[in-house]
Amino acid sequence: MRFRTLKELANLSMEEGKSLAEVMIEDQAAETGVPREDIIAQMADYYEKMKEAVRRGLTEPTTSRSGLSGGDAVKVLDLVENGTPSSGDPSSRAMAYALAVSEVNASMGRIIATPTAGSCGIIPGVFVSSQERFGWSDEHMVNGLFAAGAIGYVIANNSFISGAEGGCQAEVGSAIGMAAGALVELRGGSAEQAMHAVGLALKNTLGLICDPVAGLVEIPCIVRNGLGAVNALAAADMGLAGVRSAIPSDEVVSVMLEVGAAMPSGHRETGQGGLAQTPTGRKLTEGLMKGRKPLQPEIEEPSAEETVKTAE
Amino acid sequence: MRFKNVFSIIGPSMVGPSSSHTAGAVRIGLIARQLLGEQPAGVKIALYGSFADTYWGHGTDLALAGGLLGYATDDARVADALEEAQRRGIEITFVKGVGLAPHPNTAKLELTTADGRKAQVVGASIGGGNVVIHEMNGFDIRCSGEYPTIVVLHHDRPGVIASLTGVLGGSGTNIGYMGVDRKGRSAEAMTVMELDTVPSAELLEKLRRIEEVKEVTVIDLNSREADSE
Repeated sequence: MRFRTLKELANLSMEEGKSLAEVMIEDQAAETGVPREDIIAQMADYYEKMKEAVRRGLTEPTTSRSGLSGGDAVKVLDLVENGTPSSGDPSSRAMAYALAVSEVNASMGRIIATPTAGSCGIIPGVFVSSQERFGWSDEHMVNGLFAAGAIGYVIANNSFISGAEGGCQAEVGSAIGMAAGALVELRGGSAEQAMHAVGLALKNTLGLICDPVAGLVEIPCIVRNGLGAVNALAAADMGLAGVRSAIPSDEVVSVMLEVGAAMPSGHRETGQGGLAQTPTGRKLTEGLMKGRKPLQPEIEEPSAEETVKTAE
Repeated sequence: MRFKNVFSIIGPSMVGPSSSHTAGAVRIGLIARQLLGEQPAGVKIALYGSFADTYWGHGTDLALAGGLLGYATDDARVADALEEAQRRGIEITFVKGVGLAPHPNTAKLELTTADGRKAQVVGASIGGGNVVIHEMNGFDIRCSGEYPTIVVLHHDRPGVIASLTGVLGGSGTNIGYMGVDRKGRSAEAMTVMELDTVPSAELLEKLRRIEEVKEVTVIDLNSREADSE
């Protein structure tokens, strides 16, 4: 790719008079040697799968294997359609859609990682609800995914996108930044405004730990996806309004790296700290682990009794 | 760059619940199967760090088994992969890895065929379903599986690498990344080359005919095996 930083990405877009999406598509084609139309077709296929996940999460049961999650997306959608949501209809609808996709994920359904499965609800939540609201074409939305991908590519290579490495800020935080920046472009904002939206969004999730109860991508991941979609809409609005991120977005990304690297391992997707280790978190975990032996350490020539066969 | 392109960020298409602990684990399992070159009879898997602590809730065990069966990341059969492995007579055991791992999400897989042939892979799942292989068959060597990757086992002799790259260059094949490690001076060595294009059977045959070459294997996460949906 010709860009390593968000500033370089924005500069390429401005100097060449191309959208962030167009820069990404061209660089992807040059980097992989795959024809442009095939690249766009793959992204279009991913967008169809995102819409399908939204639909599934709102119309089919999504109780997870653990029984800890499912059914919340429908509750929020009901509030949107039959009540008066405090945060307004559009943001509540984005929230419902994001919850829907994350619930499908938790129940081992098919999703697109954006950038990860733990954060897979935010981009579909923002994109699918905005498409309905503004009457955008699928082609426009697919372009938006390339813009989001360009932003995520920079974040991932300068910081991280896995909770085990950098906490939830790396997953949900990155997804919010990607969705916010892409939405600015989808709504006709400039590349510069999009980058400010990314920085503004990321600042709001710095330090967010990854502390899933029982290590499952359920509590609190699903709720964070729902609220993350709302944050993305808000950050995009700030960017479109001309609010600037006083600390440049690339510097915010480097802070994410700094904070994530300093995060104790108990707060990086091990289930050993945070919400996972609250009295209730432990009780839920114990309930799930009843009758399951933890993995035994590796030893020389393990015998049948000393290894755990998980096939049963 | 750890993350290669836009589809490392948007994607993969996968069954939940975790890109690192489920999709990444499928890919590590698949790479191990490709390195072995056939379905294993027995597999010992050591899980490290977050993999060891949270594998059950993420279905990491199912995902690794799915990869060993040749499934893709969005294959709905991943959820039943351990049962399917048992049906096919593949014995899979899981242990907790001891000592330092290259990454919080690391798995070490030791595969054995019915006639005793072995393969070993140490892989890390670095986020978003992307993986980095850190070790193959005891050689300290890297690859991502994102590109068609040729793995060559050969003797450590002067000129072998020139012969390998000569064959590739002669066929107009570009090498994007290359790594070499050896067990010791004049001992066994491994060369790994990530290519921009899928190597032809003819090209692989030419590599196998090089005198000091013992084995040539191809790893490619984007190739769809007959077994995947």
